Amino acid sequence: MMPALSVQSIQIVFAGIVLLFGIGLVGLMVTRNLIKIVILLQLMAKAAILGMALAGDIAGKPGLGQSLAVTVIVVDTVVAVIALALAVQVQKTWGTLDLNELSTLRR
Amino acid sequence: MWLYLALVAGMVLCGIQAVRAQRLIVAVLWLAGVSVLVAVILYAMNAPLVSAIELSVGAGLVTVIFVFAIGLAGELTRDLPSLIPRPLAWIVSIVAVGWIGWLLWPAAPAPTDAETVTLQTVLWESRAVDMWVQIALILAGVLGILNLVVDAPAGKEAATLERIATPDDEVAA
Repeated sequence: MMPALSVQSIQIVFAGIVLLFGIGLVGLMVTRNLIKIVILLQLMAKAAILGMALAGDIAGKPGLGQSLAVTVIVVDTVVAVIALALAVQVQKTWGTLDLNELSTLRR
Repeated sequence: MWLYLALVAGMVLCGIQAVRAQRLIVAVLWLAGVSVLVAVILYAMNAPLVSAIELSVGAGLVTVIFVFAIGLAGELTRDLPSLIPRPLAWIVSIVAVGWIGWLLWPAAPAPTDAETVTLQTVLWESRAVDMWVQIALILAGVLGILNLVVDAPAGKEAATLERIATPDDEVAA
């Protein structure tokens, strides 16, 4: 069993969570490829998973934080699978994964 | 403290590389690196079960599905310029994330009288509805994978493409 987290450790992990989330956010804004967008969403979800577990520790309810983290992992995986399935079908039907081209296509 | 510093630095580095990578497959491998480091941090935070799930699902299953999907859809053929100017994206992100960080910055230590309720108890007794929702979501994920591997009917696809090419549709729209 590892010892409880010190304030410095909590702050370091929190800074990492914020940075990882920010990196994902920048990537989402500058990326146009559908699959890359799913990758960046996953990156942000990793930050959320770590944030759930850390918040549970800070609040003195580690069980609750960890159960929410497990829920986020499941939701995140299903979102990735469905988004990738959509991306593959879009690529097969329209021949592109570029968001800009897809947004200008007419029905 | 140094352990956490090293792990967090590695995690952020892998995240930056995942954003910077030109090839999708390389970005996915860096994402798997982030998953592994997140799992190690979770283990160090006394969350071994979540760590094992993250390692097997986040670093294993999701990476395999990404590689499979990239194999089906194809790699990036050229670097697409971003629609939003990069400096603007950086400024917006730094302001948003800095603000969140400033609001939530943890200054108090973790309480020593933490609840001794285990993850299993919370998952199966207190939050049983979550478990049912997760089971439903996993079924949705299975359907998503089926959609990934099954081809659309040839006739339907051809009809869609024909419909795109018909100029009458533009007039009607």
